[in-house]
Amino acid sequence: MAQAVAPSKGMTFGEMGSALAFAGLAFLSIIIAAKAHTPEYAFHAYLFAAASAAAVFAIVNRYYERPAQLPPLTVGGKPNYNMGPVKFGTIASVFWGIAGFTIGLLIALQLAFPALNFDSAWLSFGRMRPLHTSAVIFAFGGNVLIASSFYVVQRTCRARLAGEIAPWFVLLGYNFFIVIAGTGYLLGITQGKEYAEPEWYADLFLTIVWVTYFLVFLGTVMRRKEPHIYVANWFYLAFILTIAVLHLGNNASIPVSIFSPKSYIVWSGVQDALVQWWYGHNAVGFFLTAGFLAIMYYFIPKRAERPVYSYRLSIIHFWSLIFMYIWAGPHHLHYTALPDWAQTLGMVFSVMLWMPSWGGMINGLMTLSGAWDKLRTDPVLRLMVVSVAFYGMATFEGPLMSVKAVNSLSHYTDWTIGHVHAGALGWVAYISFGAIYCLVPWLWNKKSLYSMKAVSWHFWISTLGIVLYISSMWVAGILQGLMWRAYTSLGFLEYSFIETVEAMNPFYVIRALGGAFFVAGSLIMAWNVWKTVTAGEAAEEAPQAMQPALIAAE
Amino acid sequence: MSFWSRHKIFETNSIILIIGVLIVISIGGLVEIVPLFYLKSTIEKVEGVRPYTPLELAGRNIYVREGCYNCHSQMIRPLRDEVERYGHYSLAAESMYDRPFQWGSKRTGPDLARVGNKYSDDWHRDHLNDPRAVVPGSIMPSYPWLERTELDTSTIAQDLQVQATLGVPYTEEMVKNAESDIRIQAAADDPNAVDLAKRYPNAQSRAFDGNPQKVTEADALIAYLQMLGTQVDFKLYDNKANVR
Repeated sequence: MAQAVAPSKGMTFGEMGSALAFAGLAFLSIIIAAKAHTPEYAFHAYLFAAASAAAVFAIVNRYYERPAQLPPLTVGGKPNYNMGPVKFGTIASVFWGIAGFTIGLLIALQLAFPALNFDSAWLSFGRMRPLHTSAVIFAFGGNVLIASSFYVVQRTCRARLAGEIAPWFVLLGYNFFIVIAGTGYLLGITQGKEYAEPEWYADLFLTIVWVTYFLVFLGTVMRRKEPHIYVANWFYLAFILTIAVLHLGNNASIPVSIFSPKSYIVWSGVQDALVQWWYGHNAVGFFLTAGFLAIMYYFIPKRAERPVYSYRLSIIHFWSLIFMYIWAGPHHLHYTALPDWAQTLGMVFSVMLWMPSWGGMINGLMTLSGAWDKLRTDPVLRLMVVSVAFYGMATFEGPLMSVKAVNSLSHYTDWTIGHVHAGALGWVAYISFGAIYCLVPWLWNKKSLYSMKAVSWHFWISTLGIVLYISSMWVAGILQGLMWRAYTSLGFLEYSFIETVEAMNPFYVIRALGGAFFVAGSLIMAWNVWKTVTAGEAAEEAPQAMQPALIAAE
Repeated sequence: MSFWSRHKIFETNSIILIIGVLIVISIGGLVEIVPLFYLKSTIEKVEGVRPYTPLELAGRNIYVREGCYNCHSQMIRPLRDEVERYGHYSLAAESMYDRPFQWGSKRTGPDLARVGNKYSDDWHRDHLNDPRAVVPGSIMPSYPWLERTELDTSTIAQDLQVQATLGVPYTEEMVKNAESDIRIQAAADDPNAVDLAKRYPNAQSRAFDGNPQKVTEADALIAYLQMLGTQVDFKLYDNKANVR
């Protein structure tokens, strides 16, 4: 690197612009904090001010530390991947996973032993439950998705991540949003819409983060050296785009004042209900399904060292899945005051959705053709294959429950909770664990994980947990549904409501036990990840930039 | 060129892929959601549904804040057992001023759509303080701080104003009187209760938490619970007129 003349160093547009933007945000936050209507909101405004000030410092500091030249796009003809943000997201997802599962365990125990609410506002079930759902879906799942997408898009496009500040803003900004959302619930700041609880200012901030995420992803895709965009990236792209649309639609609200955390949604009553479940079901469809299918399409072929089973099936899978999912929302509103035609449409599309879901499952499972023996030797692959099997199970159960006759029994009961967890624990968490176990050695340049035996333990303990969880919730849900509609021979309702609550107790205890197993498994993972990073055997050479073979179009 | 090779255009051009995705994901939402805003049959024509009084709205905001919707639905389905257990099935019109809607998705506790006037104020106060004092098998958390915390009424006029902007029929008079209406409704025998009842027909005014000295969060929440599902008189309501 013998350069005759050192290039003159100057701040890039991104550095200058983002530093100024953060300085402005810090200033605005301080004004809002001073005039905030509630102390809780002032606390959040101070958090924003502190984070913005830290961001300005970090950007300026980074500028002084860095060499004059920005990192090159390629080094020696090979792409110069930017894996820092991916590492951060991977570790963050392990952390949030444990946090989210533990809060889940607490609220499961609260339902069995209500004394565990401790008569405290902060710890009461109504505030903790959104904390649990947001922590597992958005904090754990979101970090897995962002980290894995930044990894996959670089590898499959053979290109360095677009932007230098932007990818870090996506990761750190997203995690800051989680902190704001989570502390908000505990302090009683909520919109009261399931899975969309954060208030207007958190939503606004997330919008900025999400648009940046989209631009970084798209910018990297546009830098690609391969003519074709790999199938995993279609799914990531659909996930990012659709979540943006859903987020904007479902959070359209007017704040009472810029100095108040409270806002009112522009939709009301029945329209709000359908907008909410259009959002809610597609948070499942695009956040928890499309995004994680992208993980399936990259990590399973890569780990099994086999190409994706069928290229044509992946095309059908992709378009039919994203088309049909959007229609399925009304099945959350069967027999409600939503007009019947909308309920029927929702039911029909939910049943049809079974097919693309299973098409995707088959594509994932059959990728193992000729490599099934690896299931015996590779517990990481086993985690991922079992996750696809759970995906198949949950996507069969879902259409079944969307049939109005079945739904009249299952709705409002714990059967729904069991169904969600078959998908969330079995599918989302397992494919995430698989991705984390793959990513950690790759990112930290290690030969393999510190302990494969620990992965096996993690797998079996958490599988036992899932089985306890979903089977207890099946029994609880169906039992409660049947008790609600039971009549005596004289034609009176047989059970008072409280009798049906009391009947749930043993199942709530079993469910909490299942949850405890799942938490234990995640702690084993955290230990294994920690040991791999700190004490794992270094790989002899950097892992090759190999990618799963994509069968070219004829 | 085979059918499958036509897909190349999406795989090799990110902008076309994005446009394709946006079109495909828009159709379902548009077809299902947009008609709800113009089909007149979506919301039934009924008498009696009025906007929340300021105290009820404040109570509703506490209901939202504490996450009651996580365990209680407010949507009675037209199934025999539900109608017998909870009362007439819920109408879309009954939640037309609800922002956000609170239909819920889980009944860890019972449905609350028609809980209004079913229990006494004292029962509600004791139940919120310690649910197991009145329902031994209950697994509901206790909310003892509601009765201790004074209701913050400083921004209620702004709340009404924003809702009016969004189309809830709050008049200027209602917005102007919002803060005093809270005190009137939460007091026992306030002489101005007549004016309040003119603005909000059938509004009930009394010291809901049993303490007329101060307006607490328990006052607001109980006022809200006591009006839930009571607005439509189902003796007069004609089901057949709104068959959809």
